[in-house]
Amino acid sequence: MNIYKYASPASFYPLAGKAWPFFAVTAAILVAVGLYISFFVAPTDFQQGEVYRVIFIHVPAAWMGMFIYLVMAGYGVLALSFNTRLAAMMMEALAPTGAMFTALALWTGALWGKPTWGAYWVWDARMTSTLILLFLYVGYIALNNAIEDRRRADKACALLVIVGSINVPIIYFSVKWWNTLHQGSSVSPVMAPKMAAIMVNGMLIMTLACWMYSIAVALVRVRAIIAEREAGAEWLSRSKA
Amino acid sequence: MNWAEFFSMGGRGFYVWGSFGAFALGVLIEIIALRHRAMRAQATVNKEVR
Repeated sequence: MNIYKYASPASFYPLAGKAWPFFAVTAAILVAVGLYISFFVAPTDFQQGEVYRVIFIHVPAAWMGMFIYLVMAGYGVLALSFNTRLAAMMMEALAPTGAMFTALALWTGALWGKPTWGAYWVWDARMTSTLILLFLYVGYIALNNAIEDRRRADKACALLVIVGSINVPIIYFSVKWWNTLHQGSSVSPVMAPKMAAIMVNGMLIMTLACWMYSIAVALVRVRAIIAEREAGAEWLSRSKA
Repeated sequence: MNWAEFFSMGGRGFYVWGSFGAFALGVLIEIIALRHRAMRAQATVNKEVR
């Protein structure tokens, strides 16, 4: 199979149409399992009581916000270096979902912070850099809509996203580099988790659910974007799928 | 299990359901908006076929 073939919108369009229901169904199943663990299997936390259950959506949302931005930056590099239209379209398809997850991370964090720290918001490094991430998403969307010329918009947006990606490691390591009110990571790729196994598992299942959801949504959105941008192209009128 | 107790979340119901509710709302809004956009895009494609 020649994977480069799918860098063309004309061949990616039907592929995305076939693939997205699979990701959507997987997401739905994982959400059901994840929510069940979140509320009925995971025990009450000995320190925080029931309110800690926010973790099952707060951490996945925050991870997705950062991860989707990095994926966008990867597509930004492809868009700039190879001038592929599909890469720019994928950036556009991912941005709203990434922005939503980042906003949800901030919102759920505020609602978790109030009962545990006594404040909805403080300007600590973790929270401030996450707010900047949200502004980067919003800035990307605004810039993308502001420039008429499609090619110029794609180039400018790719550059903005690539430069902005410096913020992601700042968010991730902020709890190490600065004294933050936000706690350090409980789960990391290089250490044993500092949480009960069932809590980690619930969180990971919810994260996987968010991944599947994001892929499904991005595929549907990129199809709409392809249809919008390629309107009038002969191949599009021929594929009714 | 007692459902009233479940929804009270040990007196922290506002924070827990405020979080999960916002999450559900966000996903719902995105899906509705996306459906709308996808249908509009498909309508353009269909129009060109005719």
